[in-house]
Amino acid sequence: MERNSRTAREPPGGTERERQNMGIRIALAGNPNCGKTTMFNDLTGASQYVGNWPGVTVEKKEGTYAHALDVTITDLPGVYSLSPYSPEEIVTRDYLLGDAAAAGGKGSGRPDAVINLVDATNLERNLYLTTQILDLGLPVVVALNMMDLVEKNGDKIDVAKLSARLGCPVVETSALKGRGMDELLKTAIDAAKKGTPTASDLRFTSEVEEALGRVIDVLGTRVTPNVARWYAIKLLEGEQKTIDKLGLPAGDLSAVASIREALENSQDDDAESIVTGERYDAIGDVVSETVKKSLKGATTTQKIDRVVTNRWLGIPIFIVIMTLVYYISVSTVGTLFTDWANDGVFGDGWLYTGTEQYDEAVGVWEENVAAAEEAGASESELALLAEEEPDPAEFGVYIQGLTPVATEALESIGTAPWLISLIVDGIIAGVGAVLGFVPQMIVLFLLLSILEACGYLARVAFIMDRIFRKFGLSGKSFIPMLIASGCGVPAVMATKTIENEKDRRMTIMTTTMIPCGAKLPIIALVFGAIAGGDAGTTWWIAPVFYFLGVIAIIVSGIMLRKTKMFAGEATPFIMELPQYHIPAVKNVLMATWERVKSFIVKAGTIIFLSTIVIWFLMNFGFYEGAFGLLDTEMEGYIQYSLMAGLGNALAWVFAPLGFGNWESTVTSITGLVAKENVVATVGILTSLGDAGEADPSMWMAFGALMGGSVPAIMAFCAFNLLCAPCFAAIGTIRRQMASAKWTWFAIGYMTVFAWAVGLMIYQFGMLLSGGEFSVWTAVAVVVLVGMLFQLFRPLPEYKDKGGAPQAEAEQGVA
Amino acid sequence: MAEGQGKTLRDVAIGESATVRRLTGEGAVKRHIMDMGITKGTEVFVRKVAPLGDPIEVTVRGYELSLRKSEAGNILVA
Repeated sequence: MERNSRTAREPPGGTERERQNMGIRIALAGNPNCGKTTMFNDLTGASQYVGNWPGVTVEKKEGTYAHALDVTITDLPGVYSLSPYSPEEIVTRDYLLGDAAAAGGKGSGRPDAVINLVDATNLERNLYLTTQILDLGLPVVVALNMMDLVEKNGDKIDVAKLSARLGCPVVETSALKGRGMDELLKTAIDAAKKGTPTASDLRFTSEVEEALGRVIDVLGTRVTPNVARWYAIKLLEGEQKTIDKLGLPAGDLSAVASIREALENSQDDDAESIVTGERYDAIGDVVSETVKKSLKGATTTQKIDRVVTNRWLGIPIFIVIMTLVYYISVSTVGTLFTDWANDGVFGDGWLYTGTEQYDEAVGVWEENVAAAEEAGASESELALLAEEEPDPAEFGVYIQGLTPVATEALESIGTAPWLISLIVDGIIAGVGAVLGFVPQMIVLFLLLSILEACGYLARVAFIMDRIFRKFGLSGKSFIPMLIASGCGVPAVMATKTIENEKDRRMTIMTTTMIPCGAKLPIIALVFGAIAGGDAGTTWWIAPVFYFLGVIAIIVSGIMLRKTKMFAGEATPFIMELPQYHIPAVKNVLMATWERVKSFIVKAGTIIFLSTIVIWFLMNFGFYEGAFGLLDTEMEGYIQYSLMAGLGNALAWVFAPLGFGNWESTVTSITGLVAKENVVATVGILTSLGDAGEADPSMWMAFGALMGGSVPAIMAFCAFNLLCAPCFAAIGTIRRQMASAKWTWFAIGYMTVFAWAVGLMIYQFGMLLSGGEFSVWTAVAVVVLVGMLFQLFRPLPEYKDKGGAPQAEAEQGVA
Repeated sequence: MAEGQGKTLRDVAIGESATVRRLTGEGAVKRHIMDMGITKGTEVFVRKVAPLGDPIEVTVRGYELSLRKSEAGNILVA
């Protein structure tokens, strides 16, 4: 073990040799949970680029080696095998085979060398991927990671022998402790420069080797010798992806088929099982020759799991941890910071001390104003009173927010009112909508990264799987849905931790159906409008909408699972429960930063642009024959705006839902900016200003807007809760889906589903309250029957199953 | 059906081990089970069942793996 440390003393970079390494590309491959992320962060430092592999939601990370900038390191997704089933596996093998074009990228060829990171505490399973990488005919360096843990356990690994058996250099590392990094890179760069493919002496039993030899003969010169073994094995296994790719003539295919059949008959098993078994058998031999395990009882991980996933304690512990995550990120710390940013930076400002006295003074002042108004005070008297409004600056440390500061600054230099409005109400509000979420995201992702890195998230899936798989979601979908009851934006970002792409997409599509914090005022308004403040008999209205959210998710999950996009075998749940680790601070911070940054950049663009468009529609219009900026101080200005025109144009869509007037339509559209805007817009439309959702006059006005019909009010609320979420969430969905097509599909599905639910509520509600059976009632019945059919019909058979979902996904985004 | 002939990993009691005889089923799921190290002749120890009764946790090749009972039903053991 000391053998390797000598060379590590050399200066790691900047020598003449290093400068000659023009554009070396090194791929980092390994199992999930083997410390790959830590190693990548160590090697590349801050010079990382994080994106997505083309067409899939799989993350692609690239960076340059911190000590030699011409060495590019690509962090491949963590995989257990190079099978062609999951998007991660396909991305990895296409990249290693140089089939980047197949994955949609520009065909940049194969990497110059592969660093295969191996968890030394679990050699047997980790080397399975190694044996496949060795077949690819690339220079390979094996990094024996987590050696510090191996030593701590008292185990011994004969590195020299392992290297001889695998036929490639083996370097001991500990990514967490930064051990062996420079030597590893040096070895990999040397291997890349030499370019000699690894020659492993790992062989299968003679019968299988003979069969392989015959397949190689059939292949002939159609593949280069260094990848001949890889293709021969794939052909022997009968892998369709490889058969399609090589396009062999029928004669050759039947020759291969007969070789396969002969082998299968003689071993009484299918070729795939035979090859897999052979690989593990060969590894078993290598491991027994090179590893000496000190016999020990239960590992630390097993001891922790005795409590954490215990039959009785598992769920209570889960509830406690989730409650903590929720409280810290959604209700306390996260909101504290987000409110701070929203009210302060992008609002009026902060008052740090003396808030109580200030609030008191404002209360007194408001009472005086109200009393004066009641007493019929003249306008000049009221104006005098207005000047007496308490100034927060007199009560303590007060810092003005960006909005008043910017407004004043722009006014002082004589900026045109429309420009001030654009900058303050459009741009600052738009940027604020993006940045206001950042503090909450940071808190949430710190917590999630810690839970993920320490290994608890895998246990969450283990505990919750039974409930969620029933409606086509993963156990890990629980976390996004919990977060969604606070805010949909971090919830959609949190889907990142779901491994399976189908589950991830499904969760993204359904998670914002849970009423978030900003939708609560809508529920409160509806509650008031229906109940009129009589909480005793209508207490059930608020819970009903939460149930509606949960039921919508379940129904959508079951229905979508039977569509062609999501069809296929139920997502398997064959998942490693990784060892518990104390998370590396650097990883947690970098993971958090990455997600926050990608939110700001990718989601931010969409949020920002949409906010400005909505501002334009709201503030511009035709008034007294002239097009221009409307005076927002004017009573009912909104009916002259472009937005009202848009509302009029779209209102017919909502007529069957009971609220087909332009006001309700405009309300729903402004809800796209932020759901709390629904209440504010009702205020503007009904000329009640910012009366708020708790004001009885607002309830009355809103009820009147809906024609006083309870079914219409309920339908309006259901539609606004379930339809496309706010722009911030849509932007985040776009970021997470990494595909415009999937984003539109998600938004479209939500909106159509919301419309269908609203339709049924209104039509059946009207019918129950003695209304007539109309054409739209018939449509509602058809919709209901259609939904029930989709819910209860058996899973349809789609042609070309097995590989179908993959192919579908690939086509879908092409 | 003779004793042990149709026995699957699903039938193995918690706290007991079994040796894999064969995998039934096909396609991605079967391949994934094999990729995770459950191949012919492997010894699998059934460690526990999840709080809600499914999935189960097994120890195989020195690590912890969880799989659903329905998937365990595809693994014939002796």
